[in-house]
Amino acid sequence: MVASESTTARSEMPRVVIEPRKGWLPVNWQELWQHRELLYFLTWRDIKVRYKQTVLGVLWAILQPLMTMVVLTVIFKSLLGVDRRLMGSDGDGYPYAVFLFAGLLPWQFFAGALKRSSDSVVMSAPLTQKVYFPRLIIPMASVGAVLVDFALSLLVLVGLMLYYGIAPGLPILAIVPLALGMVVAALGVGALLSALNVAYRDFRYVVPFLVQIWFYATPLIWALNRVQGRWRLLVALNPMCGIVEGYRWAILSSAPPGWPLDSAALGVSVLSALCLFVVGLRYFRRVEGQFADII
Amino acid sequence: MDSPAIKVEGLSKRYRIGARLRQRNFREALTDAALAPLRRLKSFGRSSHREEDSIWALRQVSFEVRQGEVLGIIGPNGAGKTTLLKLLSRITDPTEGRAVLNGRVGSLLEVGTGFHSELTGWENIYLSGAILGMRKAEIDARFDQIVAFSGIEPFIDTPVKRYSHGMRVRLGFAVAAHLEPEILLVDEVLAVGDAAFKRKSLGKMGELQKGGRTVIFVSHNMASIKNLCTSCIALDKGRIMASGDVADTVQRYLQAFEPVGDAGSGGGFSFEVPRPEPAPEAYITRVELLDEDRAVARRLETRACFRARIHFRSEVASGRFSLRLSLQTLDGAPLILYDMEQTGGFHLACDPGDHFADVVMPELPLAAGHYVIGAAISVPHIRLLHNAERTGEIEVSARDAYGTGSPLSSQRCFVAVEHFWQVPDDDEGLREMGYGPKGSAGPADR
Repeated sequence: MVASESTTARSEMPRVVIEPRKGWLPVNWQELWQHRELLYFLTWRDIKVRYKQTVLGVLWAILQPLMTMVVLTVIFKSLLGVDRRLMGSDGDGYPYAVFLFAGLLPWQFFAGALKRSSDSVVMSAPLTQKVYFPRLIIPMASVGAVLVDFALSLLVLVGLMLYYGIAPGLPILAIVPLALGMVVAALGVGALLSALNVAYRDFRYVVPFLVQIWFYATPLIWALNRVQGRWRLLVALNPMCGIVEGYRWAILSSAPPGWPLDSAALGVSVLSALCLFVVGLRYFRRVEGQFADII
Repeated sequence: MDSPAIKVEGLSKRYRIGARLRQRNFREALTDAALAPLRRLKSFGRSSHREEDSIWALRQVSFEVRQGEVLGIIGPNGAGKTTLLKLLSRITDPTEGRAVLNGRVGSLLEVGTGFHSELTGWENIYLSGAILGMRKAEIDARFDQIVAFSGIEPFIDTPVKRYSHGMRVRLGFAVAAHLEPEILLVDEVLAVGDAAFKRKSLGKMGELQKGGRTVIFVSHNMASIKNLCTSCIALDKGRIMASGDVADTVQRYLQAFEPVGDAGSGGGFSFEVPRPEPAPEAYITRVELLDEDRAVARRLETRACFRARIHFRSEVASGRFSLRLSLQTLDGAPLILYDMEQTGGFHLACDPGDHFADVVMPELPLAAGHYVIGAAISVPHIRLLHNAERTGEIEVSARDAYGTGSPLSSQRCFVAVEHFWQVPDDDEGLREMGYGPKGSAGPADR
């Protein structure tokens, strides 16, 4: 349906026009903005509900990435000795744990956002059948709730940097635009998966698998510099590739021996994230009118 | 303002239903299952499908509602009332047509929309309020009023999962009642809660109307339609069958859906049900009320034994069916809706042919008066096959079931069940007074 809410000049009455929906619709940012408080409340609900009746509460948001990091460090550094091969250098350089965590930081957000948002529309079936609001708010709120976890896991990063004595340099500020990039990528893929999941519940089984494959396709336990030059841009089509490498640069570039920024790879990843964003949101808009009927 | 608050032109909604059910062999079923994903991939997002696979829930509906009007919408089950509300509240897209609404739209299709049972009362007030379209500032301003209206102040910090059903409903309605859109779409939410709360809710609806709000109100309850609405539309099979003046429309609707059967020629309660077209795999053929000798009853009494025999015909081999008995007031308010699967915990397995089953109530809990009896047959948990919900009108005769000389009549209340009175006695305990439970029921003699 084309629901345009325009304020007429003679009165402050919004006007709602209901018509059959035809073709691809742009995202109605104005309407989303009007519903920003709802986005806030749904995000808040997600967080509240997630940590209700848990003893540790929000502490889980910190413990989870921390434990993942410890496990991966033990396996890949202590057991497999991957760190020496990866960093190339003679073992001096930044600790593998920090190298890992710099990548896990955006990755865990991305993976969490994918898992939660892909289920979000199906889980809100009772809502979508009883009340109208811009449906995009639903996957957005899921991503928003995971973003709060991400903010908390930044505390772990601070702790790690203090522990290993890594002083942040100016590039650390790049975390903010990089976070924006990762949110854009997560929203795009999340919206796409959540809409597909409504019609084809197959995606419930696809998503965990997808996330697992994506984990290995992203330079998390490996580094992009292990890939030969011309293949790099192909690998960087994965939006999380450039973003993860970007985080490493932002966090590690000030510590010797430094971390180079592969700006070409970053550029490709950002473009890819933007494409996924446009495709995901457009597709969502196209099918959202049928959610209530087929959910 | 001269333009109408709501203008609806040729609004239609088509729903897709699965391909007509037919007997399939295993190989066909397998190919079907294998091809299903392909078929679905092709059809997603496209509205073109074969006519026989879809039904029009709403067809070419047009009307206007002026600002400040309260429009009632009535119709039998499946007439398209809820679909109309869902279209107007933008929950689903129309297939054809157009509607224009001038003003903020609030829709109340259920009580407690958006409640999350893990959250506390006050958290849910904010959540539900925001979902229904209130701004945080508005909720802040009305928070105390909402809590006071709901009457559950002591439990406001308790998770809603520990609330009783009644408390949830109160809180849900309290939030909804403080929504102040220019246009309000309401679906039967008044049919909940106890009498005092219902009065409060109806009062609130009256206030809304006086405040110049435009309301569309869907209900089965003719009494509240008559009380609240300024105009009315009766829907049948997705089309408008009558509209205009409230009393007039209600009258025409009730006439059109007058019970099909009449207390049969012999004066007994036996109702033939016409064969539905097209005939589903099983359908109701006759509903009879029997007396203690299993002959067709000629008289029904309050709190006497009641036996209804539902006859049905099955057209398929080894079908699984569940029967349903319903008793409604003449206005269509459901009093009893007992489903074999739901209240009996079993279903029937039948081969082709005629079958029947009896519903027995040792004491018919209805006051003297006229009621509408109905029956339905379904495939348990899957779908309704045939709903003969207004099969016939029955009369329950006055019987002094409580032995006081003044039998209950449906003019004052519908339900008559076993109960007794107690008053404080000298030992600060309670003492039964009057006829008590023993004498009240009496043998079901005739």
